[in-house]
Amino acid sequence: MNQTRPLKSWILHQANRFAPAFFFIGLVILWQLVCQLGNVPNYILPSPSAIISAFFDVEFSRWMTHLWATLRVALMGFVLSICIALPLSIGMMRSELMNRVLYPALIVIQSTPVVAVAPLIIVLLGTDDPSRVLITCLITFFPLVVSTTTGMLETPPEMIELSQSLRAPRYRETWQIRIPYAIPHIFSGLRVSITLAIIGAVVAEFVAAEEGLGYFIQFSTSFFKIPQAFAGLIFLSVISLLLFKSIQWIQAWWFPWSLPKKKTA
Amino acid sequence: MDNVLENTSDGISDDEKAAYVSMKGVGHKYDPRPDAPMVVQDIDLDIHRHEFVAVVGPSGCGKSTLLRMVAGLLIPFHGQVSVFNLPVTEPRDDVGIVFQKANLLPWLTVRKNVLFPLKHKYGRYSANDEKRANELLEMAGLTQFADKMPDELSGGMQQRVGIIRALLLNPDILLMDEPFSALDALTREQIGFDLLDIWKEHPKTVLFITHSISEAVLLADRILVMSKRPGTVLDLINVDLPRPRSQKTINSPRFAELTDLIRGHIYEPNTPA
Repeated sequence: MNQTRPLKSWILHQANRFAPAFFFIGLVILWQLVCQLGNVPNYILPSPSAIISAFFDVEFSRWMTHLWATLRVALMGFVLSICIALPLSIGMMRSELMNRVLYPALIVIQSTPVVAVAPLIIVLLGTDDPSRVLITCLITFFPLVVSTTTGMLETPPEMIELSQSLRAPRYRETWQIRIPYAIPHIFSGLRVSITLAIIGAVVAEFVAAEEGLGYFIQFSTSFFKIPQAFAGLIFLSVISLLLFKSIQWIQAWWFPWSLPKKKTA
Repeated sequence: MDNVLENTSDGISDDEKAAYVSMKGVGHKYDPRPDAPMVVQDIDLDIHRHEFVAVVGPSGCGKSTLLRMVAGLLIPFHGQVSVFNLPVTEPRDDVGIVFQKANLLPWLTVRKNVLFPLKHKYGRYSANDEKRANELLEMAGLTQFADKMPDELSGGMQQRVGIIRALLLNPDILLMDEPFSALDALTREQIGFDLLDIWKEHPKTVLFITHSISEAVLLADRILVMSKRPGTVLDLINVDLPRPRSQKTINSPRFAELTDLIRGHIYEPNTPA
């Protein structure tokens, strides 16, 4: 913008653009400095450099084993929860009675801390995948049901009248009008759920597991390998972030119309 | 009642039967309790075949309620609406509705929006139907926008899509619920003339709800003037302006007389004719 000092304005522009990255890098540098200058022992707060070297100390194949264990449970729970949430939402949208009966039950499930229920589920279903998937599913399906139901119920009455004026069957009203209309809502539910799915998988691993990133963190901590635990934690956050992002990519790729409007005028 | 369905795809053809909409003592309220106030009451109106009737009245006077009763989306509390001498008890196949603000589905392309009534009613459409949709798009001057999404179109173009979508099943009766109210004044006038062109080429019986007096005078053969709630008939005015109507019509003295007459009714609601 500034004609007289283009270089300065360019630098300011770039600084503004990469501000979040600069902030993050600054934070990491500060962390490193505090640890080094303050002589903070590794078992209290490991420095970023210690964490990085701990990450590479662990074999790549071991990381992949743990990653796969967590990802498998998280994704199975997530998919199962979509398979349950969608029909449930349709039922609750179509039938006022079903809504009245099921909604309190859903709230009870949602407000019961999953961490507290997890051991009981392990007792019930054993220490294998089914119980871990169920724990993940329990924590993820509520936001999906709520967002899907809300979206379908918010369909403008004129769109419903269009359907009624054509005397179309109800299932087509649901399938061709209400569900597409709810897509933006469904995706905001999916974004919340996918991060919760990782939390669910980790909770399940804390209770009973022999592999997985949650198990890895717990195991490392109990052997006072704190830098290694931090490495596992950061790995887990990166995976969670990537999953969150991939939901956004799927939405942008398959349902571009459902994204907030950009001004094209 | 399903007789119109067979020939939806073979072009716009005149039905031999006269479309004839009749309202006798029609009244409605949404709250069925006996002491609840009526939204509209004592509406008597006969619409002849291929007649263009506009309904004007203050907002909240039940104009849209009236339209929904003709559409079969609402069953009147009192009286009866009939089409072809048959009481309307559910939506009919030979009625097309144009909604306020176009009411297009944002997840479908313009062409698929036009074809939506078939897709929604029967679950599929044929290549012939697609040809008909393309013809309608051409008539509305929207051919090059057929594969765009609705939000890429201007408000006026969106409403043209709304109109041709209502024409897809070749209805005898076209119900229009304040279709141009979301548009700016210039677009509004232009699309009004466009509508008259379409109506001249493919005559339909039209019930046109509007809150614009000049729009009603410009378009209609007759105008039903409604009072404020509970909506009753204040007057039924014959618009004796010659057709085809154009910009000149708006400037004619008779146009001004008619708009003044209606305005007088609406602002002095105690003087029903």
